[in-house]
Amino acid sequence: MTRVVVTVMPREGVLDPQGQAVQGALGHLGFDGVDHVRVGKRIELTVHGPEPEAEARRMCEELLANPLIEDFTVTVEGG
Amino acid sequence: MTVAVVRFPGSLDHDSAARAVRTAGGDAAPAWHQDAELPAGTHAVIIPGGFSYGDHLRPGAIASRSPIMGAVRRHAEAGGLVLGICNGFQVLCESGLLPGALRTNASLSFVCRQVELDVADGDTPFTQALIGPLSIPVKNHDGAWYGDPSTARVVLRYRGENPLGAVDSVAGVANGAGNVMGLMPHPEEAVDPLLGSVDGLGLISALVAR
Repeated sequence: MTRVVVTVMPREGVLDPQGQAVQGALGHLGFDGVDHVRVGKRIELTVHGPEPEAEARRMCEELLANPLIEDFTVTVEGG
Repeated sequence: MTVAVVRFPGSLDHDSAARAVRTAGGDAAPAWHQDAELPAGTHAVIIPGGFSYGDHLRPGAIASRSPIMGAVRRHAEAGGLVLGICNGFQVLCESGLLPGALRTNASLSFVCRQVELDVADGDTPFTQALIGPLSIPVKNHDGAWYGDPSTARVVLRYRGENPLGAVDSVAGVANGAGNVMGLMPHPEEAVDPLLGSVDGLGLISALVAR
């Protein structure tokens, strides 16, 4: 079995109100060194099969990410 | 005329949509998400509002891959009318039947209020009989349309304030042929004077008239 980590982030240029809200809250807490925040999601898959990375990319293209508004990365973890 | 009302786990507004169809003089037939075909005699389809599959992953994402959507796609490709309302709009965008995507509202809040809509394109089967402005409620958390308004067929825009933060104040879009339309506001909740407006009846009637 292989563990694959998919990261899905809002595309640059797409309004990320969640990131803006987090950035504002950090500022209120005194973290004044934060220039930009974006919030995305991490999806962990445990898979089997010969081509886990290619398979995970197909999953991203078909379901896990919406290419119009999101970018994704696929990382295969050792093990 | 029979209007199929699609229901997914988590749909909420299928009963309101069916009632609105009957108010407009049509018959409503339920269609379940696992069905491979629409009900016999279906002339038009409504994909209603709600939180299909719990809005997990992205609103409409999982519903758009369900078996019934294959039948909805074939219906649309044959020229049949399909109207997606709120979550139904999200489902149609996720399925690729409509352009763009629906993002979390700019306010990060659930917005529930009456809005005014201008008809931006009166040449679709849905909008040809509409005279704006229309007073119709919105109720959603992820209703900010994102896309390219220069290539998408924009049919409805919010008048005045842009309540959800949509690109170019877009409230509703159609496909190029005009037989598939989605909108975030709820016309099925504006068909009875008791609720303060009957401005949604024209859109519902368009499904029944054809």
